[in-house]
Amino acid sequence: MSTTEMLPPPPTMTSRLDGELLEVSMGPQHPSTHGVFRMNVALDGEMVVKLKPVFGYLHRNHEKIGENASYLGSMPYTDRLDYFCSMTNNWAYALSVEKLAGIEVPERAEYLRVILAELTRLQNHASLLGFLLSDMGAWGTPLMYAFREREKILDLFESLSGSRMMCDYMRFGGCRVDAGPDWMEQAKKIVDAFPKFLDEFEQLILSNEIVIARTQEVGKLSAELAINAGITGPMLRACGVNYDLRKVDGYGFYPRFKFRVPLGDHGDCYDRLMMRALEMRESIGILKQAFEQIQPGPIVNPKIKIRAFKPPIGEAYGRIEGPKGELGFYLISDGSANPYRYRVRPPSFINLTVLEDLCLGHTVADVMVILGSIDIVMGEVDR
Amino acid sequence: MESLEEIKARIEAAVPGAGIGIIANPGPAQQSSLLIDHEHASAVAKFLRDDPALRLDYCSNASGLDWLDRTVKKTVKMKKMVDGVEKEVDETTEEFFSGYLEAVYHLYSMAHKHGPVIIRMRTADRAEGARLPSLTPIYRSAELQEREIFDLYGVRFDGHPDLRRILMWDEFEDFPMRKDYREPDDYEYEPTPHDDVLEKAKTHYTPRPQLDGAENITAQS
Repeated sequence: MSTTEMLPPPPTMTSRLDGELLEVSMGPQHPSTHGVFRMNVALDGEMVVKLKPVFGYLHRNHEKIGENASYLGSMPYTDRLDYFCSMTNNWAYALSVEKLAGIEVPERAEYLRVILAELTRLQNHASLLGFLLSDMGAWGTPLMYAFREREKILDLFESLSGSRMMCDYMRFGGCRVDAGPDWMEQAKKIVDAFPKFLDEFEQLILSNEIVIARTQEVGKLSAELAINAGITGPMLRACGVNYDLRKVDGYGFYPRFKFRVPLGDHGDCYDRLMMRALEMRESIGILKQAFEQIQPGPIVNPKIKIRAFKPPIGEAYGRIEGPKGELGFYLISDGSANPYRYRVRPPSFINLTVLEDLCLGHTVADVMVILGSIDIVMGEVDR
Repeated sequence: MESLEEIKARIEAAVPGAGIGIIANPGPAQQSSLLIDHEHASAVAKFLRDDPALRLDYCSNASGLDWLDRTVKKTVKMKKMVDGVEKEVDETTEEFFSGYLEAVYHLYSMAHKHGPVIIRMRTADRAEGARLPSLTPIYRSAELQEREIFDLYGVRFDGHPDLRRILMWDEFEDFPMRKDYREPDDYEYEPTPHDDVLEKAKTHYTPRPQLDGAENITAQS
């Protein structure tokens, strides 16, 4: 644990001459902490010499509530974990229960899940880039560009599931409602138009001199530390580690699609930012293939009992590649209608493990950029 | 990947004296797990991480579990001699299992892309003996998750660099994820100076005759 031992920083332009530290409590109402997140930062001049994250402002003991609810009763509640990506939360939970009870999923439902998960990835990554730019001082405009595209995808979710963000769409062994031909047409249109937005957005931000100056060589993460600290998702792949659960586990129908896994080289904020832009391109490729391959058919396994659903005794850990990283659910059944244990493996919470390591030696202004590039949602971090 | 029995045999060869048990999982997921003892936990985890064939370098999930004390009643029909006649009598035996807390780790390999190997550790009891060795020195990803287990289940991890409450506030006393947890009537109550201050303030509200002319007021009314 070399990181917890605080070494005095080398004297630089920004350090104080008298060597006194200033303690700053950033958050929980700070506009760029993406929710109610607090960091206790010790500063030497403008340099961060110590950073302790403080969690729990949004804690509601989601796991205890899950133990007291029925299996299906937790499904709408998973929407509230990472409220940007309710579709992938639903999928991770449904996948774990399907593992626990040994349930097959019909073909069309798997395709619908892939389509909705990739749409979720598109809107999550787009809005993340917008937020990150907002943190860097590009107030509003890039975020509104991203939200304009996100809103189109949320409209799709709304017309399918009835809600923009709290979709509650997946069921054990399938999906809740079928997508009609009109919906498919609309979705195809939006996906076809998305690369145009990406071209514009990338041209606008990725080669911007200020963005490069603020992100390159900032918050560098080594591959060894990333693996050891359990970092997942785009943040891990920005360090050059090829680990994407869509390829590794091959859950759903992902082995049927051709796509590449973008990898970074430096593990800094710029690579993390770039990773999101590149992943969106791959998601568009997956979506186009899925629209071609999807066939009519049943969307839910008819053998599933909706009332008095009781999986056999046992335990299961299921995980998917969420937009923020590995989202897992660990469930233990004692044969009753409620899970004995309902555990969420939140990717953004575990990705915060290395926040201090990334921020040490950088200025306060960089902390916001580093935190933004990790991509956290407090609903999931605090649960 | 090798089977769990092979992994168990190889651990026992590499870490002498390690007590390893296999906990079967009866469900369809078939994710069985290894139960490891406290003394050799670090050595076993280190072996699993560094062994070239396994290379379980990634600890995905660390989760707490609570198992309460339970008694299992068994009724067995016994033949007994009652008054010289053989009769069938129901005999009830009670077996007591003491409760414990458990930590479960899901290990995967990013190098070889296989997994999971699930390891679990059990505490001696649910009170003072609720201690486990920390795996944070070996898997950094357990740092926040072990803090969470400590916070919600009350398992003390020896060797953890920074074991504090994480989701509940620091003054909170109970462990909310335990199965026998009961919510207090007013769990947001905190002793504040307000009660004393209010008592003191009462003296200011009683009328003082000399200054306020309280006598005149009562006489007039």
